[in-house]
Amino acid sequence: MNKKKENLYGYIFILPWIIGFLGLTLGPLLFSLVGSFTNYNVTSRMDFVGFANYKEMFMYDDLFWTSLYNTLYFVAFSVPLTTIAAILISTLMNQDIPGMRVFRTIYYLPAILSGVGVYLLWMQLLDPSTGLINQFLAIFGIDGPNWLFDSEWAKPSLIMMKLWSAGGSMLLYLAAMQGVSKTLYEAAIMDGATRVQMFFRITLPMVTPIIFFDIVTSTIGSFQIFQEAYVMSADNAGAPENSLLFYNLYMWIKAFNVFDMGYAMAMSWILFIIVLILTIINFKFARRWVHYEGD
Amino acid sequence: MYNSNKMKFWRIFNFALLIVGSLFMMAPLFWMISIALKSMEEIYRGEFTFIPQDIQFSNFVDIFEIAPFFTYFINTSVITVLVVLANVFVNAFIAYGFAKINFKGREALFILVLSTMMLPGFITLIPQYVIFAELGLVNTYYPLVLPSFFGSAFNIFLLRQFFKGVPNSMIEAARMEGANHFQIFFKIALPMIKPALFTVAIFSFNGVWNDFLGPLLYLNDESLYTLQLGLQVFKEQSSTQWNYLMAGSLLVLMPVIILFFFFQKYFIQGSNILGQTDEK
Repeated sequence: MNKKKENLYGYIFILPWIIGFLGLTLGPLLFSLVGSFTNYNVTSRMDFVGFANYKEMFMYDDLFWTSLYNTLYFVAFSVPLTTIAAILISTLMNQDIPGMRVFRTIYYLPAILSGVGVYLLWMQLLDPSTGLINQFLAIFGIDGPNWLFDSEWAKPSLIMMKLWSAGGSMLLYLAAMQGVSKTLYEAAIMDGATRVQMFFRITLPMVTPIIFFDIVTSTIGSFQIFQEAYVMSADNAGAPENSLLFYNLYMWIKAFNVFDMGYAMAMSWILFIIVLILTIINFKFARRWVHYEGD
Repeated sequence: MYNSNKMKFWRIFNFALLIVGSLFMMAPLFWMISIALKSMEEIYRGEFTFIPQDIQFSNFVDIFEIAPFFTYFINTSVITVLVVLANVFVNAFIAYGFAKINFKGREALFILVLSTMMLPGFITLIPQYVIFAELGLVNTYYPLVLPSFFGSAFNIFLLRQFFKGVPNSMIEAARMEGANHFQIFFKIALPMIKPALFTVAIFSFNGVWNDFLGPLLYLNDESLYTLQLGLQVFKEQSSTQWNYLMAGSLLVLMPVIILFFFFQKYFIQGSNILGQTDEK
């Protein structure tokens, strides 16, 4: 076969991606990097201001730190909680239980629902007086909190909503668990292992590659929380008391409400670096606990 | 050895646990239906009832008078059809290149494709907005539709996995008979991965139907609004009329729910492929 011709075909087939990469990813990235050192605001000129945006961010902007704190808080709770919930549910489902397909459907459905419809639904569920959650708690004589209207409870409210849609990862774990060879369990039963031992010694180690994959992707995803906070905070800007002012929401406000684009672009690079460092740390730690069958 | 009584106990215990969990998972959706059918007085009476005492189907008619839902629906449908079609065919085209053509630099370029998945969306969002604004395309559907004609890393990756499953011998045999890669792509490879194309179509549908950020950024003119934007505005207009808000939300979520019940298999397939990513 003609090697040159083969090369040409290859490039023709991936041409749309190359154009997209240059025009929609690389070009914008370079623009954003240069822009982060300017006072660009769409209408006026672009003046070079050196590290002024970065200096402002770290030294003088309290809201920057608030938004970073809120985001880290959200990531730190929502990633482990949804991971643990997904593993527990998939473990339950990985038994010989009647109605498995029905259970799968029920637990997975919330994961595919997203967008404003779901946020409005949760705003109703969390409504202090008419919402399902507080009305349910009232049956047991519990006086539920004000959820989204209370700065202490606003972030936990969003974490709860995330937990509801943990079904996506559940499906990943279930697929992985069903791939674990039955002979391993049979051998363990012969040796008199208990269920708990089998879970920690066989099931869990065998699915660590998927746990790792899930943690890495959901960490990256959770850092980008925006729409939930935008729609569910009463003023679209992180109320109450900035407790829902997440990093991307603050960046949005800087870029599109006050048109401080240079500053927003600088913020986006800092977020990129934070996510990159965390991903690298995740990969470094992975060697200690992720088990690959080939090893 | 396990004694069978103990086994039986655990099976019943797990089953019960799953049922209780199911109730928690489904309760929000049933509650949404319940609220959507209630009257305002009933909601604010504060009684805990799942089945409305006075069912008001008229809520679903009223919301069309409060907001131009029909226009939003048409707008959203136009964008969705274009994006889904582009997503399926363009990504398949690119994925075939990465899976079945041996060209120079293929591995390095594919790593580049995967690494773009790690980039936070906002880092390119702001400069992309500036570009589209400079081109005078704000307040049009171009910024929402055009990017899907250049492929997306996730879909390329997913479809590449499926194209890998098409036997090389078939492609070589076709090459021997003088077919070029375009013919092989359209006549042999594409039909063979139909289920995967369906998976991509469904995921794309979900993504674009639920997209809020894009329309929020690029559309100012209310006559161009999508359902997601319309709902958000609806929230501001009728802040405590929960029955209308839930009826509207239910209408917007309905297509996704119906699709899910008919095509579950494809949703699950997509997730399974993701689960295999660590396989080298």
